[in-house]
Amino acid sequence: MVRHLLRGLLAACALCAATAMGQTAESHITVAAAADLHQALDEVIAAYQHDHPGSRIDVVYGSSGNLLTQIEQGAPFEIFFSADSNYPQQLVDHGKAGGTPVPYAFGHLVMWSASIDMKNVQVADLEQPKFGRIAIANPQHAPYGKRAEQALRAAGVWAPLQSRLVFGDNIGQTAQFAQSGNAQVGLVAESLVVNSPVMGSYAPVPPSLYEPLKQSFVLTKKGAENPLAQDFAHYVQAGQGKAVLSRYGFKLPDEAKH
Amino acid sequence: MALLTEADYQALGLTLQLAATVTVLLLVIGLPLAWWLAHTRSRWRRPITAVVALPLVLPPTVLGFYLLMLLGPNGAAGRAIAALGLSALPFTFKGLVVASMIYSLPFVVQPLHNAFEAVGRRPMEVASCLRAGPLDRFFNVALPLAWPGVITAAVLGFAHTVGEFGVVLMIGGNIPGQTRVLSMRIYDHVQAGEYRQASVLSLCLLAVSFVALLAMSLLRTRRQSA
Repeated sequence: MVRHLLRGLLAACALCAATAMGQTAESHITVAAAADLHQALDEVIAAYQHDHPGSRIDVVYGSSGNLLTQIEQGAPFEIFFSADSNYPQQLVDHGKAGGTPVPYAFGHLVMWSASIDMKNVQVADLEQPKFGRIAIANPQHAPYGKRAEQALRAAGVWAPLQSRLVFGDNIGQTAQFAQSGNAQVGLVAESLVVNSPVMGSYAPVPPSLYEPLKQSFVLTKKGAENPLAQDFAHYVQAGQGKAVLSRYGFKLPDEAKH
Repeated sequence: MALLTEADYQALGLTLQLAATVTVLLLVIGLPLAWWLAHTRSRWRRPITAVVALPLVLPPTVLGFYLLMLLGPNGAAGRAIAALGLSALPFTFKGLVVASMIYSLPFVVQPLHNAFEAVGRRPMEVASCLRAGPLDRFFNVALPLAWPGVITAAVLGFAHTVGEFGVVLMIGGNIPGQTRVLSMRIYDHVQAGEYRQASVLSLCLLAVSFVALLAMSLLRTRRQSA
């Protein structure tokens, strides 16, 4: 009885191994993406997989700086979607990219709150104590955090706000700090809150206060040789991919030129 | 350029301060708790032992998540704290102390529990026959006999708190001077590609851990030979 069971198990294992090997490398890629793309890119991938049955795209979200470090240390990603153009350029400069950075969207920074009505609130108003703790992404390795710092500095409130700032590891955690109410205000990506079911209000941070979030992707060395990676990269820039991105508040590169 | 920046020293100081505070508080709570666990015949003994051991097996992210939800302004504990007129705990040093105490609890209580069990009832009964009161017995008989366990508990509690990362990532908010401890600082340096600073700070943590374990072994043997 036991021997039969064991034999059955062995056969099952062999079958699993065979199917795993049978899958060609082209039908599966792993994408590294900035956390501001969380909902938008999930939707693009779902649409792509719907149009291309048999392809599988896994995605890992994080801060762009974090993802760059991982790729440089050999993480097996095919495409790197950054929240800026600087990190993809670094990958190119360090000889780890399989192409040149391609801009795919412009992101926007907003002030979001679950408890306070943010309508008509200016960045400089954040100095008032009623806005409590303010969450931003870590400026050291998250592009949205860097822009938040620039905006607060430009509005002249960076120094007085020091004791009230809370730093999220990436823009996703920053949004979570604000959405859970642990921080009263979050300087977060518009793309994370524009279609969010979490109740709250937000006001845009004037784009004049921060360097544009020109978001680029770049294929890695591994991705450059992979047809699925190339096809998906085109898809993101074409009709349906663009439609999803603009629904999440991103400006597209061709619109931004005007 | 100096090996460490001022911010790095701040993180180092904060980490040591956090670990020392947590160790002292955990010994204060852990001694009576471990004593009770070692001597009670209550039917709650096993469930409570299991609860104390929980942080050993729970992922720090689970612990951090629960604490964030419980202690936050919408959580039960957070509301109670606010009702008492106290400030909220997430993103504060106090919050880290509370979280670290839960996280390091088994590392302090288990060595104490084992030590008290190893001492057994006999020395206490002898002391009792010699008319020593309960407190006298505890401080002058049980505690000296369980000394190696106390050292182990203190060192493990300290070292484990120094090395804490997952819980801090969840509820710390990475605030300089408040919750930006050494492990967070190393993480940030690595993310930013600043490998030199990361390796210097990592070396600091390695040294702290080694010295702690060495001190533990030295203190235990000295006490035993004395």
